[in-house]
Amino acid sequence: MTEPLPDRFGAFPSRAPMPYGSSSSSSLADILERVLDKGIVIAGDIRINLLDIELLTIKLRILIASVDKAKEMGIDWWEHDPSLSSRHTGSPLEQENRRLRAELEALRRDRADEQEPAERTAERRDSSGTTARERPQ
Amino acid sequence: MSTGREPLTYVYAVARRTDRLAVLLAGLRGIDRAPVTLLTEASDSSPAPLAFVTSHVPHEAFNESALRAHFEDLEWLESVARAHHEVVQAVAAEQTVLPLRMATVYQDDDRARQALGEQRSTFARRMAAVDAHTEYGVKIYLPPPAPAEPPAGAPAAEADPAAPTASPGKAYLQRRRVQHRARERTYEQAQRAAATLDAIAARYAVGRVRHAPQSGALTGPQENVLNDAYLVPDEEARDFRAAVAQAAGDFPEIRIEITGPWAPYSFAMPPAESSAPTEGERAP
Repeated sequence: MTEPLPDRFGAFPSRAPMPYGSSSSSSLADILERVLDKGIVIAGDIRINLLDIELLTIKLRILIASVDKAKEMGIDWWEHDPSLSSRHTGSPLEQENRRLRAELEALRRDRADEQEPAERTAERRDSSGTTARERPQ
Repeated sequence: MSTGREPLTYVYAVARRTDRLAVLLAGLRGIDRAPVTLLTEASDSSPAPLAFVTSHVPHEAFNESALRAHFEDLEWLESVARAHHEVVQAVAAEQTVLPLRMATVYQDDDRARQALGEQRSTFARRMAAVDAHTEYGVKIYLPPPAPAEPPAGAPAAEADPAAPTASPGKAYLQRRRVQHRARERTYEQAQRAAATLDAIAARYAVGRVRHAPQSGALTGPQENVLNDAYLVPDEEARDFRAAVAQAAGDFPEIRIEITGPWAPYSFAMPPAESSAPTEGERAP
């Protein structure tokens, strides 16, 4: 995310005599507003059609607008969108949990592979035996 | 084309081809630092034919699905938006320009030329409408809500007798009331400022587009309550700006900000046409 430009506030008097001053001093919000929303629309070959642009602009508005407010409204799609959020991977605890699950899964698979040559039926019998033993009777 | 490897033609704006513009563009770089060129269409035989201001962009980054993804990447969007904007502003500094919406992309130069030819009369009309005019943005901001302490200028009669003796609840309510009144005053000022700006616009501007007020991270803590764009004839620009600056001085409790000069982004499309933008598609 880009910082708001700090010198925006006093920009007017100093820029008055210089027409079309460097656009780097224009705020990103102003530029996006004009460049995305406005301008003449002609259909390109490859295009985000108008509706898409509007939807994207709305999404962006929320993004560059107050994230907190959007969350209050229950709009938090970017949190779960891997392309947008570094947080989508979850907290360290969640990550560890996921890693452990993956490991467990891998171990299970390894075990299954080992048993493969020794006949599938044997495995089934074995596992049913286990459950039978665990069942309180 | 099916390989999708050839670069695409990105169009920034419509302008008229002149020698001066060609020289200016020679020193300009667009998206990804690509050289910016003018595309004209053969059938336009006027001395200053309408031209697309274009550059080539990589297919990988600007095909439909890539664009879709990129449009939600604020960093990418900023760099492309700024590049787009810089090209448009550079042309606008030299002559009349019709800015195109960001990410108008054609398969190749020939397709872009064809599109230019199809819509030449529309472009010519819009160019005439914004010729020798410049866009300015005017915004009104309210200061962030006052802190809990009563402001220095708070009416002494209210604050004084209450402060030492009042119960915490009463003091709280009184503080709230002072805050509330200050807020009311600010809103009232904003309203009068907006009326003043209307009067200024009536004198100097020929068009107005009302943008949605901006809010949040990119705007700072102040609340934006008015976000207008005005189309001002160039010979009135100085007076217009002076009048807005004067108004800013007259309303000290709010902030009036003027931005620009901008290329006429907000006026490139006539208001009526903006709801039927794809009609050019249907043309053969």
